[in-house]
Amino acid sequence: MSDVAVSEHAEHAEHYTATGLDNRKLAMWAFLGSECLLFGALISAYLLYRGRGPGLHPHDVYDIPYTSVSSFVLLMSSLTMVLALSALQQGYVRKCRVWLAATAMLGVVFISGQVYEFTTFVHKGLSLTVNPASSAFFTLTGFHGTHVTLGIIMLLSLVGMSLVGKITPENSLIVELVGLYWHFVDIVWIVIFTVVYLMPTGHK
Amino acid sequence: MATEHAVEHAPGEHAHPGPAEYVRVAVILAIITAVEVAAYYVTSLPRSVFTALLFVMMILKFAMVVLWFMHLRFDSRLFRRLFVTGIILAILVYTAAFSTLVFVKHG
Repeated sequence: MSDVAVSEHAEHAEHYTATGLDNRKLAMWAFLGSECLLFGALISAYLLYRGRGPGLHPHDVYDIPYTSVSSFVLLMSSLTMVLALSALQQGYVRKCRVWLAATAMLGVVFISGQVYEFTTFVHKGLSLTVNPASSAFFTLTGFHGTHVTLGIIMLLSLVGMSLVGKITPENSLIVELVGLYWHFVDIVWIVIFTVVYLMPTGHK
Repeated sequence: MATEHAVEHAPGEHAHPGPAEYVRVAVILAIITAVEVAAYYVTSLPRSVFTALLFVMMILKFAMVVLWFMHLRFDSRLFRRLFVTGIILAILVYTAAFSTLVFVKHG
């Protein structure tokens, strides 16, 4: 075996664990498992504080049709993300770039919607410090929004990398890892949309 | 130009589905979301029935994204275990927090 071949083999093998699985993917799943705890705690805090305290409550100011459209946008961004990975694994780098850009754009639409929603709530009198329920609401949805923003930055980085030829079918794992993060952000919103927005609080 | 690229699979992993299957899953997710929102406006539903319905639909959507889009249905079981452990711990956190609050409130 030539030196080059040995070096390539070593580079390929160094990411694999004794289980035969890539350690980067393993680390991403462990990270997502720990993220479940973070969001579990934030959702728990919201559920414990909902309806408590004086003044305006989040459920008094929700605009369900508006948030439903936002949820739909984020859900569809998961589709474009998985299509980006599928295209790359089939060797279509350009198609992958288009799907990645579409995913980032849908993420921007979602975040813009959240910023607008927060602004409307504040104008209606619901701010972070009105009562424990509003604090829990803004903390939970704010943390989720921060995660979406980080995801958008990662997606745009991937688009940039693909433009300079750094994204190839051979290193599709990087797209898969960002995809896992993005889908996780989507499933957290699936829970938030149901538990925080749609679940009755007693007034329904 | 596209080149055929064989994706390597680690032990216990299976081939990922194609774009058509992903689109089918997305359509089902969109339909479930529409039903969720529609159910919100059906005021005649008892609260307990509505809550149960919401939970079933939420779990269905959650599972579909995790199993198909995140490929847990096709990837190694070890990934599934890591993720499920996180979810179980998260549920325990809520149960512990809720129990503590009830205990403090009622002595």
